[in-house]
Formats: sequence, structure tokens, C-alpha cells
Amino acid sequence: MASFNLKINNKSYTVEADPAMPLLWAIRDLVGLTGTKYGCGIAQCGACTVHLNGVPVRSCSLPVSNVANKEITTIEGLSTDNSHPVQQAWIQEQVPQCGYCQSGQIMAATALLKKNPNPNDKDIDTAMQGHICRCGTYPRIRKAIKTASSIMNSKASVK
Amino acid sequence: MTANSKISRRNFIRISSISSAALTLGFYKAASGSVVSVINPASETARNVELNAWISIDPLGKVTIINHRSEMGQGAFQSIPQIIAEELEVDLNDVNIVFAQGSQTLYGSQITGGSSTIRGSYKKLLHLSATAREMLISAAAKKWNAPSSECYAENGNVIHRGSGRKANYGSLVEEAVRLQPPTDVKLKDPKDYKIIRKPMPRQDTPLKTNGTATFGLDKRLPGMLYAVVERNPRFLGKVKSFDDSGTKAVPGVKHVIKVQMNVFSHKREGVAVVADSLWSAMQGRKKLKVEWDDSGFEHHSTDQLYARMREDVKSGKLHSFKTKGDVDRILSSSGNVLEAVYETPYEAHACMEPLNCIADFKDGKCVIWGPIQGPDWVQAEVAPMIGLKPEDVTVNMTFLGGGFGRKAFLDYPHEAALISKEIKAPVQVVWTREDDMTQGPFRPGMLYQCKGALSEHGSIAAFETRIAGQNMGHQNPGADRNSYNDSATEGLPETYLNSFPNYRFGDVPLESPVPVMWWRSVYSSTNAFAFESFLDEMAVAAKKDPIDFRKQHFWDGRYHAVLDKLMEVSNWKQRKANEGYGVALTECFASIVGEVVKVSRKSDGKVQIDKVWAVMDCGWYVNPDVIRAQVEGSIVMAYGASNFHATEFKDGKAVQQNFNTYVMPRINDIPEIDVHIIDNEEKAGGVGEPSLPPFAPALTNAIFDLTGKRIRKLPFALKEA
Repeated sequence: MASFNLKINNKSYTVEADPAMPLLWAIRDLVGLTGTKYGCGIAQCGACTVHLNGVPVRSCSLPVSNVANKEITTIEGLSTDNSHPVQQAWIQEQVPQCGYCQSGQIMAATALLKKNPNPNDKDIDTAMQGHICRCGTYPRIRKAIKTASSIMNSKASVK
Repeated sequence: MTANSKISRRNFIRISSISSAALTLGFYKAASGSVVSVINPASETARNVELNAWISIDPLGKVTIINHRSEMGQGAFQSIPQIIAEELEVDLNDVNIVFAQGSQTLYGSQITGGSSTIRGSYKKLLHLSATAREMLISAAAKKWNAPSSECYAENGNVIHRGSGRKANYGSLVEEAVRLQPPTDVKLKDPKDYKIIRKPMPRQDTPLKTNGTATFGLDKRLPGMLYAVVERNPRFLGKVKSFDDSGTKAVPGVKHVIKVQMNVFSHKREGVAVVADSLWSAMQGRKKLKVEWDDSGFEHHSTDQLYARMREDVKSGKLHSFKTKGDVDRILSSSGNVLEAVYETPYEAHACMEPLNCIADFKDGKCVIWGPIQGPDWVQAEVAPMIGLKPEDVTVNMTFLGGGFGRKAFLDYPHEAALISKEIKAPVQVVWTREDDMTQGPFRPGMLYQCKGALSEHGSIAAFETRIAGQNMGHQNPGADRNSYNDSATEGLPETYLNSFPNYRFGDVPLESPVPVMWWRSVYSSTNAFAFESFLDEMAVAAKKDPIDFRKQHFWDGRYHAVLDKLMEVSNWKQRKANEGYGVALTECFASIVGEVVKVSRKSDGKVQIDKVWAVMDCGWYVNPDVIRAQVEGSIVMAYGASNFHATEFKDGKAVQQNFNTYVMPRINDIPEIDVHIIDNEEKAGGVGEPSLPPFAPALTNAIFDLTGKRIRKLPFALKEA
């Protein structure tokens, strides 16, 4: 066991953990933010996706010892009131069914749009194909990313 | 608003709703169907019932709707309140939705399976909600000394037409409670619906976009420990011995115990590692050494299972269950006999949320929390397994991260309850992805031998299907293993049989240690591939258009309407030379769904799916957008099972353990899906499952149309087609 300082959603947490413990379990069980999900444990499904210094990563396969003092953002850090454009688009397009994979999907889409405000279908495929949705919400995810893009662009043009 | 004022307001609401009368309506027993009971919460009998009824309106006008079914993605969380809000005349946004606890007495069946939520309860819910509305109207009329006929309800208020006087439901509750519920309420004409039939956004969506929806894995109880279980990978094996010395040395590990849980007629055995964190439990499990006794049962491979099924359809003892005419005579005398064998794989449910369950066994009672499809079943069935009476078991549903039939099984709540009982603490048992994917129960792998003869007019003169594969019902304790599998024609519209002059269906049950269970759309998910592929083969042999050929065998206008709509939206008749079109139509859980798949060759010569059209006739329906979502999702799931994944067995164990080998369709694999809903006033049918079965045969029929090659075994790689 060792002590680690985690910066999650602009807050600092000190956790006592086995250095090999994946970030996923530190976020869920030590910090208590349960929006980030366990799906496979081997970086195959994307349900556990969080941002590390703005880049989407699989928290199930990242030891907590590797992420100390780096900026971590979870689904709770996007906004708690669903005001983030990607969350708004997800609601507008009624994407979730069971909803379990959607935290990861939303984190991946947010990272994509930050890098590329106008993604085409191919860009969406590349950014999102690491994410499994067993309910099959893929057609709506594609639509919602385009909707989020236009929400963000119209906000940007107002500024 | 400060935190303090929030708390005091919440307390105020809670206290006032306990101390004053609330209008609470529900059925005492679903069995007695039409009896609506008004319960005065001040009375002794109502004390237990109050929180568990369907609708409750407190004196502040706050409406609480209890949802008795689980929400696993299919939209019941939205659809049940949408029905109630329509006839109750309240704004859906002003309604508080609460999951019911498990209780057959209060809600009737709560099992969320068979796509039964709406079709099983909509009439009762409409009636109940209208009854509450009429009582509130009567209460207002009495208060104003006006005839009820001059009053109407709107948006949580009763309004007097002449004077414009208005009373909030909350202010009428005390009076309404004293009224006798009317027995002759009039339901709305569907054309007057304001909420039903509208694509109302789901109330659970905002919870699922900011991480606040509580799934089973997210639930925590004070003092809760975590457990993972090393279970026998060969289904029937026993724990011979185990060495937990390494496990107990892992910091945080508290207990290592042997567990057994019921899996149909057998016990599944394992060793549970209980720790103060999930991570510690997982680390402890890695150090565990278990010796299994795997004697006394077969260690199958997939090849062996299918070889046996191939033999069974030829020479096994057939349990016939649907016969008409003289199939043998027609098949032996006709010069125009077709024969084909179709195979479908075993599948894991692979819900994105792996199985998990919390149990807190204390003082002769047990409280369960989890992603559970049948809370009433858990209460009724698990109670005796853990030595309790059903009323001492409380079952709470969380949101389910997928269900598809798997979370209707009782093994994981049973196991959690046993562990909690033994360690005397609340515990959450978590199945890893590998546990979830390898332990089953699985969708059974099936094999179908179809034979058919055409008449000289090109219609079906005889139809026979011999089916091999496991009969789910035969796994139950005391099951008659000589009984036929009456689900073995599910998916095939019954109305076809009217026009087949001779037919026989029968099955040869396969014995195997592999546990099998419902998987979205159950046997329809595999049957449809055989039946709708074979009908296509018959259509081609009869030199007829596949849609025309099907229509010729349907004597019911609903099927024609679905096929006509499909033809229209897909431009079926206007196909180009380099395109393949395939159709399939199935009936599952009282809904009729037709699908057309269009394929073409890419520039590299590989086959691609260009588009899928689906037409759903589910009769009376609630929310068109939820239906569209279910159709889209069913097609994606069907595509997974037809082209991407399967569970295989080797040496008695499941081979595919995680998503690296159980390969799922991804966003880049999914074609455009165009969904159409038929508008009619037929009885409500299911929505969550019926659009899964037609996809695979529509796809393989399209590939035949393009390439002339029949695909009779699933899954297959599209790029190899």
C-alpha cells in the first residue's frame, strides 16, 4: 500500500492503494465516483474511459501509481447538470438504453470533439470503435456526436 | 437554496405524506384483474401497502408512480409512467418514478421477460389511472357542489368548466380517499392521446448521461464487503479441496468460503473470497488454489455437440408436437422436395454490466439489491433456498446494465444471500467479465433439418422441421424429459400453418451439462434463421418473388400490411443488378416484424450491408421513439450473433472469456437502419425482442440474392460471403 494524490475533476484526493490497483477501482471504490464503469478489465470495451490530461484512456488498465498528479476527468467532471454540449446532444438524440456504457462513450466523444470540432463519419468510426454498446445505440451515438458538434459550433460563433 | 433548507423541505414532504391521507391506488392482486382498491394509508391494513401500490398522490399534489418492472434499457421506466400520466392527466415531468420492490401479491408478475411489460399490464394501468382521475374529479365536484359532468382534469388539476375554478389534485386527496372507486370509467379514444403515442424523451436519460444512474455495481450499503467467486468452469464439477493460505495473506481479505448455488437441477460450486474492497478480493482470488472433482459428466466440445445434433435429426427419437395431414406421404411422393440443415451457435448474454448482487442477511431477514429482472421471483424462489419465508426477503431493483434474459435467473442473488448469511455481513458479489461470459446459462445452440415439398402451383404442400438442441424446460427439477419443446416453432407466424396443408414439427432434445436460458427473443432468435431461410429457398424453388411467396401463404391482413410496407420503403421491386435484397418476417411475443436487408459488393469484391429496413407491427403502442430504439438495438444484437460472436466449448469449458475473443460489432460495422411502425388498434405486442429474429435470415437471403450462395450456419464472416 502507498499513498497517492489523485486530481480528479479539479479536486484533490489522497488515496491509500496498492500501486498496481487500476485507476478504475480507485475512482469507483476509493474516491466513490461510480459513473465510470467496469466492463471488461482488459481495455476492450471502453466503459471505463476517463480523460488523463485531456486524452481518453482506459482506467481499467492503468495502474493508479502511473497517474498521480495528472489531471483526471470523469463523467461527473463534464457537468453534473447535463449542461455539457455532448450530454445535451445525448439527451436530444435519446441515445442511452441501458446506459451502462454511455459514460465511456460520452468521454470518448468529448475528447474527439475537442480535437476535431467537425468530425466526419470516418473520424467518428476511428474515435468510437473501441467502445462496445450491447444495446446497439451506435446509430444514435453517431447522430449525437454530429448534434454535439453543431451545438458547440453555434456556441462558439455566438462568442 | 442552502443545504439546510433542502433537507428540511424533504423532511416536511415525507412527514406530511405519512401523517395525512394520500390517495393511493393499486391492485391488491393482479389475479383478480379488474378490482381496483382504494387504500387509506391511515388504516392498519394499508400500512404495508401504501408504498407499494401503483399510484400515490399526496396532499401536496406530488404524484408518485411505482414502476413494477425492471429497466434494462428497453424503456419500461418511461413507458409505464407514460401510460399512467395519460389517463391520470398529469404532466410526466411532475411525476416521481420509483422502482417497486419484489412482490407478486402486490403487482402480479414482475418478471421483465417475454417482452411483456406493456402488453401484460397496459389495460390495467389505463383503467387504474382513469379511476384515480375520476375520483379526483368527483371530489372536486363535491367540494364545489357542482355536477361531475361539468368538471374535467388537466395537468394535475380539476377544473370547473363554467366558472373556471381550479383545484390541484393534492387539495382533493383527502376527499377522494373517502369515495368509492367507480367501476365504469371510460378510457380515452387513442386519437385523443396527448402523451401515449408521442416520442416523449425518457426520464432515465439524464441520469445516464452524467453518471448518476445507480446500477447494481454502483449500489453501496454501510459496512458492505465485496466478494468474487472462483466457480467451476465445467458447470457440474465439485470442489474437492482448496488452499487459501496465499489468499488469506492478501491485505483486506476477510473470509474464504465454499459456496454452492442452484443452477436448475444442479449445484454450481465455487470458492468465495470476501474482502474489504473489490480489488483485494480479486487479488486474493488470484492466489487461491482449488482442486475440482470433474468426474461423472461429459466434457464436451462444440464439435461433439453439433455432431450429436446432426445425428439426432436423422435418427433420434422425435417429440412431434405440431402435425397436420400426411407429411411423409407428400415428401416421399413429390418430385419437388427441398432439404436443408441450419445451425445456430451458443451465445453468451454479455450484458455490459456483469452480474452482481448485494445481500444483507441479518436477524432472520434478507435484503437484496441488484440488477434483477424478476424481483418477485427472487423473493418467492430464493427465500426457501436460504431458509426464509418470502415476506422476510426484500428485493430492490437497481437499473440494469443490460439483461437480455440473463438477469432473470436466480443463481447470482442466491449466491450473494448464501455468502452474506455465512459471513454475517452485507456483501456485494461481483462477477468479473470472464465469470459472466463463461458460466452461462447460454443461449442454446440449435440445429434444424427442414424438408419441404411444393405443389404444382408453387405453394407449400408439405413442411417438416426436425429440431435438435437443448430444451430449456428439461433442466428444471422434476422435468419430464420426454416432453416436446413447444418453443421450437416460436418466431414462425402461426398463421402460416393455416395455409400449409401438411406439416410436422418435432424436436430431439440434446442432453448436455451446459446450462441454457432465455436470450433476447429466446428460441425465436434461432428458429427464425431456419424457418425464414428455408421459406426463401422454397420461394426460389417455386420461382417466385420471396415477398409474394410469403404473402401467398398468409391469410391475415396484418402480415400483408407489414410486407407491403416493407416493399414500399425498401424499393424492393426497383433493385439494381449489383444489389442483393433479402426479406424475413417473424412473429414473436405477439408482434409481427418484417425486415429487408440490402447488400452489395464493395470495390474489393467483399460483400457489405448497405441498409436495413424494419417494419414493426406491435399493435397498440406507447412511445414510437422507444420502439425505434429497440428495433435498432435488436438488429445490432442480431448482427453480432450472426456475424461476430459465438460461445464455443472445449473440454467442457467455454472458450470465449472476454471481448477480445467474444467479438462484438462496433460503431463502424453498423449499416443504416430505417424503422417504420404500423399504426393500428390491435392488442399490444412486445417491443424489446421481436425485431431481433428476422435480421439474420434477411441478411443471408440478401447474400443469396446477390451471390447465389446459401449460408446455413451462423455465425459467418461477412467478408467471406
